[in-house]
Amino acid sequence: MRASSCRHSSLWLPLAGMLLAAPAAAEVKFAWIDPLSGGAASAGINAQKHMTYLIDRLNAAGGLNGEKVELISYDNKVDPQESLIALKKALDDGARFVFQGNGSSVALAITEAVLKYNERNPGKEVLFFNYAAVDPVLTNDKCNFWHFRFDADADMKMGALTDAIAKQTPIKSVYLINQDYSFGRAVASAAKKMLAEKRPDIKIVGDELHPLQKVQDFSPYIAKIKASGADTVITGNWSNDMLLLIKAGKDAGLKVNWYTYYGGALGSPSGIGKDGIGTVKQISEYHNNALAELDPDVAAFKKRFTGKDDEFGYYRLKTTFDMIAAAASKAKSNDPVKLARALEGIKVNTTVGEAEMRADNHQILQPMFVSTFSDNVKFDVEKTGLGFKTDVKINAKDTALPTTCKMQRPS
Amino acid sequence: MLELITFSLLNGIVYGLLLFMLSSGLTLIFGMMGVLNFAHASMFMLGAYFSYQLGRWIGFWPALVIAPLLCGLVGAGIERYGLRHVHKSGHVAEILFTFGLAYLIEELVTMVWGRNAVANSVPQAIDFPLFQLFDSNFPAYKGLMMAISVAMFVFLYLALKRTRIGLIIQAALTHPQMVGALGHDVPGVFVLVFAVGSALAGLAGVIGGFMLLTQPTLAHAVGPIVFVVVVVGGLGSLSGALIASMLIGILQTFAVAVDYSMLDLFRALGIAVTRATPLYDFYSIKVATAAPIVPYLLLVLMLIVRPRGLLGKRDV
Repeated sequence: MRASSCRHSSLWLPLAGMLLAAPAAAEVKFAWIDPLSGGAASAGINAQKHMTYLIDRLNAAGGLNGEKVELISYDNKVDPQESLIALKKALDDGARFVFQGNGSSVALAITEAVLKYNERNPGKEVLFFNYAAVDPVLTNDKCNFWHFRFDADADMKMGALTDAIAKQTPIKSVYLINQDYSFGRAVASAAKKMLAEKRPDIKIVGDELHPLQKVQDFSPYIAKIKASGADTVITGNWSNDMLLLIKAGKDAGLKVNWYTYYGGALGSPSGIGKDGIGTVKQISEYHNNALAELDPDVAAFKKRFTGKDDEFGYYRLKTTFDMIAAAASKAKSNDPVKLARALEGIKVNTTVGEAEMRADNHQILQPMFVSTFSDNVKFDVEKTGLGFKTDVKINAKDTALPTTCKMQRPS
Repeated sequence: MLELITFSLLNGIVYGLLLFMLSSGLTLIFGMMGVLNFAHASMFMLGAYFSYQLGRWIGFWPALVIAPLLCGLVGAGIERYGLRHVHKSGHVAEILFTFGLAYLIEELVTMVWGRNAVANSVPQAIDFPLFQLFDSNFPAYKGLMMAISVAMFVFLYLALKRTRIGLIIQAALTHPQMVGALGHDVPGVFVLVFAVGSALAGLAGVIGGFMLLTQPTLAHAVGPIVFVVVVVGGLGSLSGALIASMLIGILQTFAVAVDYSMLDLFRALGIAVTRATPLYDFYSIKVATAAPIVPYLLLVLMLIVRPRGLLGKRDV
């Protein structure tokens, strides 16, 4: 694919350069490791389009300290082993900046591999930019100097969701339903802990774990939720597990508020359709109606990519690029170590408010929105005629949580 | 409690009938032709996509008729131009052929309709609660699904046991040369069986698509459970498939409602179990959490205890 054609061009480029004697500008290589095939490919392909758009935008503005940026993509099929092979290829191809987002298991493998590589290869350090893997451990117990996360972690998102719930006085009883694996369990325990702190009067009437992506018919679970008398459901379910759950709820006429992590993720709005109007809520750093008008880059992206699935869903990637560009110009260098130091504590203004990269654990703080699915919106998603409306905006600094990170910095 | 039991039963029957719709075509094809068709769930998926597309062009009711017919046509084409040639090489070749076909269909569907789910929502004509029970709704499309499923069973049963063509089909399986010598078109019979089996899967897809998600992984999602039904019911047995579907549907639904684990059992029996006990994590799994595994447990047990299935006439 892209990677192999690059290797060919790296053979021929010096030759062509000699022949033409063109002043070839030095290039910074951004390696992007995410799924391009397999079940999670739609998310990967969408994110790749973000990368293409943002790199073109960066280059049009002069690149990083005058150097052009080039994207090299590697398909990892959301598999940690494949990702390590891809990382090795990326390093061989000369990349010093690695982007990845899909899957915390993959992110954990990469962050450990990068840490080891940097210890063994001083002077050739690599940075890891994580834009979507949300396991809290990445910026806590397993944090390191080379990893930066540009998405709120699972606990921060639960903090924002429970903040929104705490403000809703009619909510009396909450049902938790999650997938039976590390992330689902983390969501359930965070919800219990935070609700007990913020609204001790709310009863947790159910705490359900079901097998990951194995359930076809959620009606039995809906019957249980109904029997429990819950008025609100919190779920970290994603993909089919969330869509089928909400579909079954609508079929049975279940009237609850759905507080979800991924109600607005790519494909969800089409899958939920009109069944979710007024009841499905999501937590995100942006949605199309977060501002009175579309963010200019969201609008430009939609003009360039016009398919049904082409949503600018990773707004945080724009913030990622803005922070990298700001850090590069502050450091006056594209050297990864200097860039990493400059990234610590950097602040940038986004169209939704100020975002900051924490220096202590390399976790971004950015404004977050809790929003509700609606058929009365100015800007829809996935050409469904439906979109999200803001319920609550949470300021960047209010999303911060204490960290257990003890970071070792290079001397 | 009564509410939960009533709904679990109702949901179990609905799910069971969906499973039967899905698997009746497969058990027909297997029973009559001896072909273990891995692409059967793909026909189900095609049915869902065809009805989605046709529904947008010409409305739901015509789509309900035309989409299964299209699936039948596709099935006939597969038999006539694919399986018939592979058939000579034996059953392994047939299985591999249908296995590859399933992947091919998935890729084609991805190319045409994209990787993400399409918005295949219940059409307005059947989007209303059929009745209310303990102020939960029972949607009309599920009622339609149950009716179609039962009608399917009656139609197939009568067609096979009470008509001439049914007799010829049954005879063609065991004695194809003799049936051919009597002047019947045996290859034609096989095309017909495969087409009808595919059309039934397509019909199931039209209705099932509303309950599940219409996306390229749909075939993958329902594929395994279909085989469980066919094996538990007995290969080739229509009545067996019906009983197995209902059994699996109801068992699974009730399992979800049970919030007890083996720990509770031990406690009730007065056996002390602490975190230090070996396999503590295993004991603490709630029945509800393991519910979706129940059908596969049934499959394994059935293969050990009675390999021919509930009503099957021969071993797997």
